[in-house]
Amino acid sequence: MSDRDLIIDRYKDLLKTYLKGKSETALYKGQQFSRKLIEQQISPDDVLSDHVSVLHELFPDMSEELKDSFDFLLEVMIGYGFAYREHQSLRTRQRQLESEIEVAASMQQTLLMSDVPTVDGLDIGVKSVPAKKMNGDYFNFVKDHKSVSIAVADIIGKGIPAALCMSMIKYAMDSLPEQRMQPNLLLENLNRVVEQNVHPNMFITMLYGLYDTDLHEFYYAGAGHEPGFFYRASEDRFEDMFAKGLVLGVSRQTRYKEYQLRVNLGDMIILLSDGVTECRTSKGFIERDEIVDLIRAHMHKPAQEVVESVFNELERLQEFELRDDFTLIILKRKV
Amino acid sequence: MNIQSCVEVCNEWDIVSARQLGRNMAKELGFGNVDQARITTAISELARNIYLYAGNGKICIEAAEKMGKRGLKIIATDNGPGIKDIRKVMEDGYTTSGGLGAGLPGVKRLMDEFMIDSVVGSGTEIIATKWLR
Repeated sequence: MSDRDLIIDRYKDLLKTYLKGKSETALYKGQQFSRKLIEQQISPDDVLSDHVSVLHELFPDMSEELKDSFDFLLEVMIGYGFAYREHQSLRTRQRQLESEIEVAASMQQTLLMSDVPTVDGLDIGVKSVPAKKMNGDYFNFVKDHKSVSIAVADIIGKGIPAALCMSMIKYAMDSLPEQRMQPNLLLENLNRVVEQNVHPNMFITMLYGLYDTDLHEFYYAGAGHEPGFFYRASEDRFEDMFAKGLVLGVSRQTRYKEYQLRVNLGDMIILLSDGVTECRTSKGFIERDEIVDLIRAHMHKPAQEVVESVFNELERLQEFELRDDFTLIILKRKV
Repeated sequence: MNIQSCVEVCNEWDIVSARQLGRNMAKELGFGNVDQARITTAISELARNIYLYAGNGKICIEAAEKMGKRGLKIIATDNGPGIKDIRKVMEDGYTTSGGLGAGLPGVKRLMDEFMIDSVVGSGTEIIATKWLR
């Protein structure tokens, strides 16, 4: 007996039981049976045809018109069978695509992710989490004997196109080592690369900074990026770290201004992407003040624990549904 | 020897004639109700494609035999514009007529064998076979 015959037999039994007692139990069994049918990828037109052949068997005296009416119904149901099979094949394809994206995402991680350096005198914490599979936020650290540079960037747009664009930014930055020490010049060069190579409706915001570990000065420049915060320990106060500058890729002639901050013991530099400030909770967008409050509540901890705590808290506020890529970096002078 | 019957397709009524031809042959060969309905649906789709995209062409139905199996073969030919990207029309979800699950991939799934040959500027030939189980 083939599987198919077994199914028809089982269907017949279930139907008979139901017709005899009309019980809810029998209906429940029918519902469970439908799961089995779906598992075995039996399409709706097949089920109908089985039903009809069982009817023929159980009620041989059915009128010809009734019999013929089933032929008509069958013809109508063939279309559903069509759609069902397409659905099956699209599902298989979706699974393939998903696994391909999975591979691409892990490749992006290996290509782009920068190690967080250990720097004497600085406590650094980083949390970067993509909203979808691929991250449109980018951060990068480069360390030498007397400085560490930090870049935080965000592509306007997310998902795969943003991620592909990010790879380009990374390699462009790697190829500009002479500008590493001058944040404004680095952004100007990067801006030209982006302007020439990226589709005009794609923009990139970036904050680039250089921390001089001997002098404890922080030089930075920004290209339309979400302002960070500077925590001045002596005054126990958070300030916005504004950096004026047009987003990358708009105009070739854009010039950027360099800013400078003196970093004292206990001071903190907080860099972020707009995924942090554009958290949408049930009460609306989260305010920058609320982010500051969150950081303040945890800032007695090591930097990595602070960024983790802030992320966990914001994730909870958004009911565990990230709408935008999230990147938060904290640098704290500890010596 | 195989006897082939053909229907010229140049308007919507011809689609019905092609279906009728296919159904008669399917019945004769001993296909069950579901397979009859599937075969006629496949014929409908192929004939519709001819009518919509090529303007005119023909659907031929013949009995097929291979290694002791018996079946029904549909041959759809037209002298229309041809298909530029066959791979694309064989993709699910690609459709110009907005049909759900229809189109050539649907026909391919309804039948057991499917072959397509198309030359841009000179026409398309599709051969689809269903074997008796």
